[in-house]
Amino acid sequence: MQLATLLIGLISATALWSGVQALNQQARIAYDRAAATFGGARTGMLVSRDSATFPQKLFVDLRRAGWPVSPMLEGRVQIDGRSFRLLGVEPVTLPSEVGNAPAVGRGSLQTFVTPPGEMLVAPETLRDLGLKEGERPQAGGISLPPLRAQAELAPGALIVDIGIAQDILKMPGQVSRLLVGKSKAPHATLESVAGEKLRLVEPSAESDLERLTDSFHLNLTAFGLLSFFVGLFIVNSAIGLAFEQRLPMLRTLRACGVSARLLNTVLVIELVSLALVAGLIGLVCGYFIAAALLPDVAASLRGLYGAQIPGQLSLKPVWWFAGIAISILGALAAAAASLAKAIRMPVLATAQPQAWQQAQRRWLMFQSAAALAVFAVAAALIQFGDSLIAGFAVLAALMLGAALILPMVLQIALAFGQRGARQPVGIWFWADSRQQLSGLSLALMALLLALAVNVGVGTMVESFSRTFLVWLDGRLAADVYISAASDTQAKEIRAWLRDRPEVEAILPGGRADSQLGGAPIEVLGLPDHTTYRDNWPLLESTANAWVRLRPGDTCLVSEQLSRRMKLAIGDHIEVPAPGGSWPLEIVGIYADYGNPKGQIAVNFAALTRRFPQTPQTRLGLRVAPDHIAPLITALQAKFGLDDRNIADQATMKRESRRVFNRTFSVTAALNAFTLGVAGIALLTSLLTLANSRLPQLAPLWAIGLTRRRLAALELLKTMAVALITALFALPLGLLVAWCLLAIVNVKAFGWRLPFQIFPLQLIELVAVAMAAALCAAALPVARLARMQPATLIRTFVNER
Amino acid sequence: MLRVTGLTKSYRSAGEDVAVLRGVDLAVAKGESVALSGESGSGKSTLLHLIAGLDAADSGEIRLADVTVSGLNDAGRAELRRDRLGLVFQQFNLIPSLSVADNLVFQSRIAGRHDAAWHDELVERLGLKSLLKRYPEQLSGGQQQRVAIGRALAPKPLLLLADEPTGNLDEDTADEVLALARDLVARTGCGFLMVTHSARLAATLDRQVTLHAGIVA
Repeated sequence: MQLATLLIGLISATALWSGVQALNQQARIAYDRAAATFGGARTGMLVSRDSATFPQKLFVDLRRAGWPVSPMLEGRVQIDGRSFRLLGVEPVTLPSEVGNAPAVGRGSLQTFVTPPGEMLVAPETLRDLGLKEGERPQAGGISLPPLRAQAELAPGALIVDIGIAQDILKMPGQVSRLLVGKSKAPHATLESVAGEKLRLVEPSAESDLERLTDSFHLNLTAFGLLSFFVGLFIVNSAIGLAFEQRLPMLRTLRACGVSARLLNTVLVIELVSLALVAGLIGLVCGYFIAAALLPDVAASLRGLYGAQIPGQLSLKPVWWFAGIAISILGALAAAAASLAKAIRMPVLATAQPQAWQQAQRRWLMFQSAAALAVFAVAAALIQFGDSLIAGFAVLAALMLGAALILPMVLQIALAFGQRGARQPVGIWFWADSRQQLSGLSLALMALLLALAVNVGVGTMVESFSRTFLVWLDGRLAADVYISAASDTQAKEIRAWLRDRPEVEAILPGGRADSQLGGAPIEVLGLPDHTTYRDNWPLLESTANAWVRLRPGDTCLVSEQLSRRMKLAIGDHIEVPAPGGSWPLEIVGIYADYGNPKGQIAVNFAALTRRFPQTPQTRLGLRVAPDHIAPLITALQAKFGLDDRNIADQATMKRESRRVFNRTFSVTAALNAFTLGVAGIALLTSLLTLANSRLPQLAPLWAIGLTRRRLAALELLKTMAVALITALFALPLGLLVAWCLLAIVNVKAFGWRLPFQIFPLQLIELVAVAMAAALCAAALPVARLARMQPATLIRTFVNER
Repeated sequence: MLRVTGLTKSYRSAGEDVAVLRGVDLAVAKGESVALSGESGSGKSTLLHLIAGLDAADSGEIRLADVTVSGLNDAGRAELRRDRLGLVFQQFNLIPSLSVADNLVFQSRIAGRHDAAWHDELVERLGLKSLLKRYPEQLSGGQQQRVAIGRALAPKPLLLLADEPTGNLDEDTADEVLALARDLVARTGCGFLMVTHSARLAATLDRQVTLHAGIVA
């Protein structure tokens, strides 16, 4: 039994930890691909100080002055109503250290640069487009170059020669940025060549995507770590019991002259061998867990950050070695206390549970003092910490403090119960529960942490979900949404719609890319219409914000942008636009959940004036409810629009909710895993305790308590301590939820959600905890109820 | 009061049936104290366990007063132990999580036969007054056995069964504890059946019965 328990613990710990690490590794490989795509954050670059693009002549001047620069033009194209990032590169001057330069070199340079050229895409993008290599997609009535797949490219990006990109984007002679190679050759100063027009952006070791997704991976790692420790709790209890059971044999060996050192060496060798086997099995399980969770993780990363993660798992050898190492180190850590005991073990000793309990009480005092110190650290971090790491440190401190103080809380609760008990069985029930506590406390800590995480994350997700749905109702106020294939088609659709009496309003929309303070932002155009004035959810605004938006000199900013750049109402910003810098005053802040980019919203007419190349393919329609379905059918028939190009409000909301739910499904899966492992920890602790409890239970049976009644009492005891733990986990979980909403989310995503409590969810979690405790206790209790009298008698005497 | 007739019991060991009791007949009258002795493996403890209802016999009959112990189910046997028997073991078998005071009253209170005056007398005569707040492990072997005897006699049982009650005690303490037990048994008027290896201690009881190879010699 101990062997099975030990292996289960080690396998669970290694599997969950390795699974999470595999997911993190997979995501990081994808970020590396994205960062390395022609001038990601890992390449130094020159950008315009005040506009989105600048003349190509500056590139020529800088090359002549010895600068190892390569031009790049970036823009967006619509293919079948979907927006893709188009990157125009100049393959001859591309610095060799820029990620994907060799990929172009491997193909035919001649074919790439000579019209119609080639459009390089990741295999995933090719699949998304539903096209084959060599085919030419259409964008705004223009035939794009033939497609060619390149495995090294990041999904979602289309790479063409810069000359072809200038034609497609209608930006002749313009470049977005100049990539700077690492050549050490001497060159003139930037100012002497380009004056004040350009500024140098230093390369960053960490890409924007990595920065953005840090919180998600920290979250995953925290879950993995939690599961790992819960697994180690199982190992610890299994080793503890195995040691207790072997104690007589170990004493005999010591009495026969075997040294403590030799004894320990043999025990360590045995443990390492088992850890090796369990580690290997754990790694295989971890691989399957990662493979099962990968689609959800990819969906979460896409939903929250727009990061593209391929759906296939590829693992490095270091992952396998790290998994085995963590299994062995974990087993040794979990066995440390028992091994230390084996070294110090007196050859002659008798069991003294009460003395042990006295010592335990002193230890409890120390543990509680440590918990209070850890809580103080958490309070200090809340007060003075101002980063994502500080947020997670608060969470870790809260959890650690709560786990440390749990045994004391249980002791107090059980002592209180004992004081109130009048009947002898009742007195025994509470007294024995207290004595049993030390053996169960690790498993109960695991249960506490798993439940608190479940309550915290559950409350956060539910708060997010409710806020998101209300927000969605405001944001998706139009009745029908259309995404035309091109501006021309959009014009035709608008003309056709004007003659339809059932269409109450046509709301054109559009967005352009720009930057603010060196970071990319979206500029969203909103038409001046009552639909937006009445429904668009503003968190705060000046009086008449919508009216003030009309002239085009004011804007609304998204909450995350306002937090990131510390922008407030009344502040002024300068947005680089093709015609020069666009000064705007902030008149409102709005929620923009799920958007990884900073965003500002301006009047639509002003947007098209300042960004003339903005695709105007998006339309929203106000239509009476009865006419929605016939109008969609008519539009589909007339303009050949499919489901990707036209959708009603209900479909959009349904899809958004689906994406939202998918985004958090990985969290739900990890929650379930953690709770499951905590349940196993409780089961193994109870199973291991069951044997050592016989001497305590047998006298009661001899005195006249039936086995069935004893079993019922044992079950009740487990349920009682589990209930106290669950009730303690509720406030802790709510505190965790508050930390997630008020600290971690704000730092990670830039938005703060209202904190709400969902009593039904809490009741449900307590019920789940009790069910887990019931399942864990069922087997040992059933064994006790069915135990043969001979087994119990053996406790009294060995002689027949 | 106790009548055992034709009792047999065998165990399965290493694939073979080993007969431990092979038709034991025994009687203990009210107020009588009987010593049960015999070599190791003769079946003394097994006989005591069967009489206590801790195990079931293969055949034969055990009657305690008006109850046929051998015909009771598990719950019935538990009730019999609780209400009518007192058990004392070599290993003391006190409840480690309860104080001496709580151990002493445990059986009498769950049997609903708690008698405060008798309880006080037991505490007094067993010399446990100063030890009531202690826990079993904080007591010496002799003190623990006195608590065990007190617990067993607190509900005033019909029969006190003791399995090597002095086996873990030195000679002086054993004499002292047994003298106390005999005295209190006489005070309650219950029967007393004690398993012992010691011929010296056996001789202090009213009657000696010897088991040999599973039958009364």
